[in-house]
Amino acid sequence: MNYTRRTKDELAARVAQDIPEGATVNLGIGQPTLVANHIPPSREILLHSENGILGMGPAPAAGQEDYDLINAGKQPVTLLPGGAFFHHADSFAMMRGGHLDICVLGAFQVSAHGDLANWHTGEAGAIPAVGGAMDLAIGSKQTWVMMDLLTKQGQSKLVAQCTYPLTGIACVKRVYTDLATLACTPSGLQVLDMVPGLSLQALSELIGLPLTPA
Amino acid sequence: MINKFVSSIQEALADTRDGATVLIGGFGTAGIPDELIEGLLAQGARDLTVVNNNAGNGEQGLAALLKAGRVRKVVCSFPRQADSQVFDGLFRSGQVELELVPQGNLAERIRAAGAGIGGFFTPTAYGTDLAKKADGSPKETREIDGRMYVYETPIHADLALIRAECGDRWGNLTYRKAARNFGPVMAMAARKTVATVYSQVPLGGLDPEAIITPGIFVQAVVQIPRVATQAGGVKA
Repeated sequence: MNYTRRTKDELAARVAQDIPEGATVNLGIGQPTLVANHIPPSREILLHSENGILGMGPAPAAGQEDYDLINAGKQPVTLLPGGAFFHHADSFAMMRGGHLDICVLGAFQVSAHGDLANWHTGEAGAIPAVGGAMDLAIGSKQTWVMMDLLTKQGQSKLVAQCTYPLTGIACVKRVYTDLATLACTPSGLQVLDMVPGLSLQALSELIGLPLTPA
Repeated sequence: MINKFVSSIQEALADTRDGATVLIGGFGTAGIPDELIEGLLAQGARDLTVVNNNAGNGEQGLAALLKAGRVRKVVCSFPRQADSQVFDGLFRSGQVELELVPQGNLAERIRAAGAGIGGFFTPTAYGTDLAKKADGSPKETREIDGRMYVYETPIHADLALIRAECGDRWGNLTYRKAARNFGPVMAMAARKTVATVYSQVPLGGLDPEAIITPGIFVQAVVQIPRVATQAGGVKA
């Protein structure tokens, strides 16, 4: 079977394609940050940053960095005209209160019915760090995950039951991967799209779970 | 005459006791009250419980306070970072205790303390390892309108250290950009809040519509020389 994985930018573009005009969106640290680069300029989307920014703009030009204006990944950003600053309790009220339309997070594992594990490997000696992941995962109207489908060892990160410690229960609506886009539903995984050349059966074998076409 | 301006950090922090719970503002590079943390290091109080979003970066600031063995417990959401080596070492060798709190719960628990709320039910962390107490027993949960919630308690503190932008002698404060972060809620939750400001203005000098922390939440204001917030230190 002949198929090519989506590159990180292609995957980011695939996520961006589904973000509707007018949406308020939080992009998690790491890979999800790339999604901002692929939002069509014709679409007006408000980016939220957990550290108290709504209407976050792109990275500043070299030499223009202001380290009082950073994103959740601690990188310098800008503020769009109309953007606002607020304190942490308000920022998380925007998540928990259901005011945020979409968050895009990375993951270690996602279960077929939408459980998310993305904060801790649970290994002995590992120091856990959760940040805003749990608040985002359960607070946004829609939680999307963006990740490679397989680990470096070739194991599916989409699983029947998460073995890593959970971030949230049944909170993931969609999973965007380098091979396919899937929806997590109460009745299991639904395939929304696949890269050209990949069959439903081959994808199902990689994941090791039954899949239904959309 | 009410005058919350204090001439030195040393004077503002002089009454800090051993065993105090200290809220320290800041997120990433923004809003970290470096001068006040250095002041606390010099002041000498020990056996501290520190509440911050992180657990120190590099060798300065909170990391230096940890390294000096002055912190018994850290309450934070994101301790593990590329340069959190001081905390990592102390934690692994059992010399500092960690209470890991989802960031929104951290902000709301602090806010609850400041607002006189005896705790709250939140959907965050329900069904996860962070819905457990330190002894591993489950926190109280409740179903409300068909959704499951976890009971979280307020975080009261003896002292809050805040970096603000402008202040007046009544303790009214403004902040700069994303350096606001935990400042306003931490100022509410401590018996004593000390804020640094870069500019000291006369009463009436702040637009009353733009005051973010009203002076009632602030006990001491110290003016410090303005330095641009620096890059580095923190990489997630």
